[in-house]
Amino acid sequence: MADVTMTVWRGDPSGGAFTDYVMPAVEGEVVLDVLHRIQAGPAPDLACRWNCKAGKCGSCSAEINGRPALMCMTRVDELPVGEPIVVAPMRTFPIIRDLVTDVSFNYTMARQVPPLAPRAPDAPDGTYRMMQIDVERGQEFRKCIECFMCQDVCHVIRDHEENKTQYAGPRMFIRFMELESHPLDTNDRRELLRQKMGLGMCNITKCCTEVCPEHIKITDNAIIPLKERVVDSAYDPVAWLGRKILRRTKRSAAEADADAPAKTHPTSADGPTPTPTAGIAASS
Amino acid sequence: MSREGDELGVSTVEDLRPVPVMLGGVRGGPDARTLRRDRWWGSPLVTAGFLSAFIVYSTWAVFQNSDYFVGASAHRDLISPFYSPCLTYSCGLAGGSGRGWLFIAWWTISPGILVLGGPLGFRLTCYYYRKAYYRSFWQSPPACAVADGHGSYSGETRFPLILQNIHRYFFFIALIFNVILTIDAVMAFRLPGDGGIGVSLGTVVLVINATLLWLYSASCHACRHMCGGNVKQFSKHPVRHRVWKFLTPLNARHMQFAWASLTFVAVADIYVRLVASGAFHDPKIF
Ligand code: SF4
Ligand code: SF4
Ligand code: FES
Ligand code: FES
Repeated sequence: MADVTMTVWRGDPSGGAFTDYVMPAVEGEVVLDVLHRIQAGPAPDLACRWNCKAGKCGSCSAEINGRPALMCMTRVDELPVGEPIVVAPMRTFPIIRDLVTDVSFNYTMARQVPPLAPRAPDAPDGTYRMMQIDVERGQEFRKCIECFMCQDVCHVIRDHEENKTQYAGPRMFIRFMELESHPLDTNDRRELLRQKMGLGMCNITKCCTEVCPEHIKITDNAIIPLKERVVDSAYDPVAWLGRKILRRTKRSAAEADADAPAKTHPTSADGPTPTPTAGIAASS
Repeated sequence: MSREGDELGVSTVEDLRPVPVMLGGVRGGPDARTLRRDRWWGSPLVTAGFLSAFIVYSTWAVFQNSDYFVGASAHRDLISPFYSPCLTYSCGLAGGSGRGWLFIAWWTISPGILVLGGPLGFRLTCYYYRKAYYRSFWQSPPACAVADGHGSYSGETRFPLILQNIHRYFFFIALIFNVILTIDAVMAFRLPGDGGIGVSLGTVVLVINATLLWLYSASCHACRHMCGGNVKQFSKHPVRHRVWKFLTPLNARHMQFAWASLTFVAVADIYVRLVASGAFHDPKIF
């Protein structure tokens, strides 16, 4: 068999460049296999993350020929033959070394998703009654392997670094949708999504859906339904009027507070205390 | 549209303890617009070409102000979807039909302009077309992992794009248009002269047009949300769950319905135009 040329980006925060490695081709290999042979041969110091080699851990995300993809799930023989295979790190996150990026932005955003606040139990023994049809909508989102390629490809932060301070991103939007459509949940995250999580920044161009290795319909089943929920609460004058008439009295914040079953607990015990002025403060 | 849980829910926007995001880390990879070498520009180019062609054709057709109606005298009742409902007196003259109470007498410019806003607004704010024109015309982004090249970006958070949020109102307007175009399709079953019933190629064209428009509206994301998507506990709302289940596979094909119905509106207009101008005789099928 012919040789395969792999053009790998090598570098760290001080800079980097592409290096070509020509390896003998082996049938049935994935991109990660070739990288492993490069590590075993010409470049033992090549840094890349991987773990399961089965498309299930979400560690080996990179950009192969310019498109975000899992290195362990991209077969060499599906890429154009006779051309070098270009492997670069994810563009949206800060580089650590070679193909390894610092994805902590995603964990920061994940900590700001208000968790499930369950309603009062259905039965005296503290249990709930749920049917399969109640939970199956959220099950699609549980398939996420946190590869963060959707976050990487999203042009809102990929092309506009400054938006990171106010943008949860598609991976977090599916988490929001899972909770917002959860039959037990009582939290209302719609204003949060609108004001601070940047739901309005997404222009539904569906790149997240295109790259998701778990084929989660991120845009159709999470982002658009969330946008519609925000329309319900913030942009729909008829709905607003309907609520006014139906409910008539609006409870004060203190009243709501008093009998709310579980207020949102910020999960970020480790985060620094916020500055009083900034929402999500940018720091450097 | 209130939903279950609204009474219990607490707004979480005040409760957020923000965690600072680190900005400005050095990014890896080269400073290139994209590393893609496939034909990523193909799809936005085709989309832009198709949408432009439709815009050019529909503008031309709407300003024609003639040949949009085939009255009973020529054959049967066929009306171009661009001109329906026909609100002006000129349609009465063109068609000689008896729907006179709607007609505006003083309007002499094309009656197509009067009804343009509804379908146009519906398509402009449609979640699918938004994707299509953001990618193809606005280049934001032109394709996945290709830089959008704009200096700053605020998505749909500011005027005028924040107005995209009124899509559901256009949905209801579109439903009215669907009903009218369905009536038009039913009218096209009338045989010329004595009022018998028959099918011609024109009937088929208008029926397909109306069907595609219904499929396009039924697969709308706002429709899916309002019909059942906004329910939290489906087991308490079995009917809405069934509707939602029915709409979900249609919704997955929203893009196909969007293109098919757009194309067919133009096809129907061309067909009516050909018949009305006498260039083509609407053949009877049975
Ligand atoms: S659809 Fe929205 S969230 Fe997904 S990649 Fe596009 S802009 Fe980002
Ligand atoms: S939603 Fe899909 S693309 Fe995004 S992190 Fe999860 S698995 Fe990866
Ligand atoms: S190594 Fe686990 S997803 Fe690729
Ligand atoms: S018509 Fe396309 S989303 Fe409503």
